[in-house]
Amino acid sequence: MSPGVVVVGAGPAGLSAAAELRRLGVAPVLVADREAEAGGVPRHSWHTGYGLRDLRRVMTGPAYARSLVSAALAAGAELRTGTTVTGWTTGPDGSHAVTMTSPSGPETVEAAAVLLATGCRERPRTARLVPGDRPTGVMTTGELQQRVYPGGERLAGRALVVGAEHVSFSAAMTLAHAGADVVALVTEYERQQSYAAFRFGAAVRWRVPVWTSSLVRRVVGRGRLEGVEVADARTGATRFVPCEVVVFTGDWIPDHELARLAGLTMDRGTRGPAVDTTLATSVPGVFAAGNLVHAAETADVAALSGRHAARHVAAGLEGEHERGLGGGPGARAPAPLPVLVEPPLRWISPNVIGSAAPPPLDRFVLRSAGFRRGARLEVRQDGRLLARSRQARLIPGRPVHLGAAWLARADPAGGPIRVITGLAAGRHGTGLCWPPLPSPRDRAQDHPGPEPENDQVDDHLPGDHQPGHGGDRGDVTEPDGGEHGDGEVQRVGVIQRLAEAAGRVGGQHQIGTGEQQQEQRDGDGQGLQCPQPRVA
Amino acid sequence: MTLPDGTADVVIIGAGVVGTAIARTLAAYSLDLVLVDAACDVGTGTSKANTAILHTGFDAKPGSLEGRLLSRGSGLLRSYASAARIPVERTGALLVAWTPDQVAALPGIEANARRNGYLAMRPLAAAELYAREPALGPGALGGLEIPDESIICPWTTPLAFATEAVAAGVRLVLSAQVTGVAAAADGSWELATTRGPVRCRWVVNAAGLGGDEVDRLFGGGGFTVRPRRGELIVFDKLARSLLRSILLPVPTARTKGVLVAPTVYGNVLLGPTAEDVPDRSDTATTAAGLRSLLAAGRRILPGLAEEEVTSTYAGLRAATEHSDYQIRVDAARRYACAGGIRSTGLSASLGIAEHVAGLLGEAGLELKPRPGFAASPPVMPYIGEAGTRPYQDAVAIAADPAYGLVVCHCERVTRGEIRDALASRVPPADLGGLRRRTRAGNGRCQGFYCGAAVSRLLVGGGAP
Repeated sequence: MSPGVVVVGAGPAGLSAAAELRRLGVAPVLVADREAEAGGVPRHSWHTGYGLRDLRRVMTGPAYARSLVSAALAAGAELRTGTTVTGWTTGPDGSHAVTMTSPSGPETVEAAAVLLATGCRERPRTARLVPGDRPTGVMTTGELQQRVYPGGERLAGRALVVGAEHVSFSAAMTLAHAGADVVALVTEYERQQSYAAFRFGAAVRWRVPVWTSSLVRRVVGRGRLEGVEVADARTGATRFVPCEVVVFTGDWIPDHELARLAGLTMDRGTRGPAVDTTLATSVPGVFAAGNLVHAAETADVAALSGRHAARHVAAGLEGEHERGLGGGPGARAPAPLPVLVEPPLRWISPNVIGSAAPPPLDRFVLRSAGFRRGARLEVRQDGRLLARSRQARLIPGRPVHLGAAWLARADPAGGPIRVITGLAAGRHGTGLCWPPLPSPRDRAQDHPGPEPENDQVDDHLPGDHQPGHGGDRGDVTEPDGGEHGDGEVQRVGVIQRLAEAAGRVGGQHQIGTGEQQQEQRDGDGQGLQCPQPRVA
Repeated sequence: MTLPDGTADVVIIGAGVVGTAIARTLAAYSLDLVLVDAACDVGTGTSKANTAILHTGFDAKPGSLEGRLLSRGSGLLRSYASAARIPVERTGALLVAWTPDQVAALPGIEANARRNGYLAMRPLAAAELYAREPALGPGALGGLEIPDESIICPWTTPLAFATEAVAAGVRLVLSAQVTGVAAAADGSWELATTRGPVRCRWVVNAAGLGGDEVDRLFGGGGFTVRPRRGELIVFDKLARSLLRSILLPVPTARTKGVLVAPTVYGNVLLGPTAEDVPDRSDTATTAAGLRSLLAAGRRILPGLAEEEVTSTYAGLRAATEHSDYQIRVDAARRYACAGGIRSTGLSASLGIAEHVAGLLGEAGLELKPRPGFAASPPVMPYIGEAGTRPYQDAVAIAADPAYGLVVCHCERVTRGEIRDALASRVPPADLGGLRRRTRAGNGRCQGFYCGAAVSRLLVGGGAP
């Protein structure tokens, strides 16, 4: 059999890539996953909202995972679960020898191309350097979900959730489902960072308070967890909060072990492999997609990233090349241009410009480390302004999107592209930034540029847990609201979403048909954000 | 195992690395032995949380008992480890001087090593240091190479000793804290434990952090344990390529200082701090401790700042007011004490055990070889990175596919290994015990992926 493509990871990105590769006639396509079951993280996420952007309907995580698995298999991909890829070597001819191990033994598979889709995970308490004892009862959302949903574990007693972003509310719901009494969500930021409808659902149903500007300073308990010390970030005052479970949520890091072991150039911001707009890495024939390159986006965005990479993998196997930067035909840019961000921006993905090919979904995705209102993202190269976005709100843990029209204006022979945060005229006084930013490692000169050119920024709304925004790509533009408060800014969207949330709580969701409604009926009684597991 | 009814020859109190070593050493003789520990597993005190270095003893005080037993013990442990498949890597150490004062101290350290009988040490110029360790932070002025310093698995070591002891008939009784002692009419001891009484002719105190309390029960009182806490940070395996050797600082009178070392599991260890704490069970990490370690790590190996932290922990050293070990045998009371084993117990363990056995023999304990006994270290499940792990072993997987099914992905621990650990002669009692036997759950995700599955395997006895 001639070497085909090895996809590492059978989550949304890997499965979608495999299906797309097969659809484009690539063979063979082997997807290896180290878990006993394919489907990735959505398998353990029993609330609804999956599949909006890629499958154009919403369903629970497990149903979504099954549907991606079926699609990949139907397309003719080979799926090997319980199979750990341990590394690969690239030969002088550019082919790859991928080593893997499974109950059938160690094995080496030849591949013309490798696609890494190894996903991401939450940083555990230890990596966050939270000091104190090492009792049981301390976990991440990933562990919690696997204990509670597939494991059926009950968690009695008080629970504290560290973080107040999207996944934190999800953890709170899982805890409530498991029988725990959620004391609070704790965030060091001055505000929570989730979406209105989602936190509204949580607040209404479980009345979970969010403690803002608060830090978990110490874990207490010999053997079993007794509680944590919570400090006020402004005053430093601490108090002891008794609890039996503490869940550390968010703070994502890509599972980049294989990427690093293979010597791929890494991006310091995303901490995944550096990828260009075709999702090619620094090693020819090796691509990376999904939350390995943007930890963490929603599952459907990861899936579309996989699909995007698959098209370029297929094109590469066909010997097609992307047009060079600046619209010129033929060869790739002389040297790939790095795309760098400056604080409060933390990362951008993709983060290399190697050709004029558009990025997945025609946009770059970014993260901010701090809150900003009325921020305009500026794209500069050697001081030249390539684009300036509309006003956007920056919220830690939430995606900000940057259009890609400026790619054609980049100088392939120029310096690195820099994306910086400017403020709208007259808005300098209201630019918020919390907590105080660390000094940037390599802050660049702030060059004056030509007249700004507007470019789009979509402060995106999630497809994951917000069914009903069935736009072409599920994107909803959420412009910054100028001087208005949060509530007013989001008014239209919020009313609509509150109605949906209420509908979900009551089990009367209106949107969608077929399997999705089936899933929702299965979830009735518990509220659709926390459905009972379907019999697998 | 429950406590025996009759009168044992020897009860060893404390199943840390010293107590288990004494148990396996005495097991060579025709003796009825009981090994008790307050904890639910062997090796849960100082033995499990330390810097995991197999010291040569080059820096010991010449003429001290510690120096002598360290030199003897580390040699014994090296051979034992290779037979028992205890992971050991001879990485060597570089002792790095960062200030002119420290450079001036190097010749004294070298002379000290020679007095301890360690002759392989050699001085290195700064350029040689950087040639050996290109990632070393700037400012190193010179140093010493100690080629025989090694890294070792501190968990497999006491487990191997305990496994060997139990196989030879030693009764291991866990979760049994000694709470009192009385002399019986026939001259034997009756120990009260939290699991009931046990009678014996001789007692060996290897109670580590509780050693002085046990010693007082037997009328000792010659030393007081002053727990010295050491906090450590474990960096991600991806940091492992930053260094080849153990990087030691120039020691002070109080502490060997903060070192950076590879671990046999493929991580990088940074620590320890040294802080006297009043509480003998206070193994909590502190914000100040972790901060000071990170600052030290940035100076020694700046590349660490870019790497993820996998784990943090703290251990307590059983320091006393004395600088040397407190080892003695009271023949009249038929009581032996191995106390004050400060921070070298792992490396010296087999030397200490041999020494204690000798003292017991001199004091009247009859050391008659056990008929048919042939000292043979058990072959332990290999959990190091330097050798072949089951997931890499085509022969093992072909014989049993469970060795090809990875459960803990970060550490690549298979279902077969977890099953074996649960069915082993000295099985784990909890997740911590399973971690120390297999590494399951010790990796960078700290249970994000496998926490639930590993817990279920523990509860189910290895069945999925």
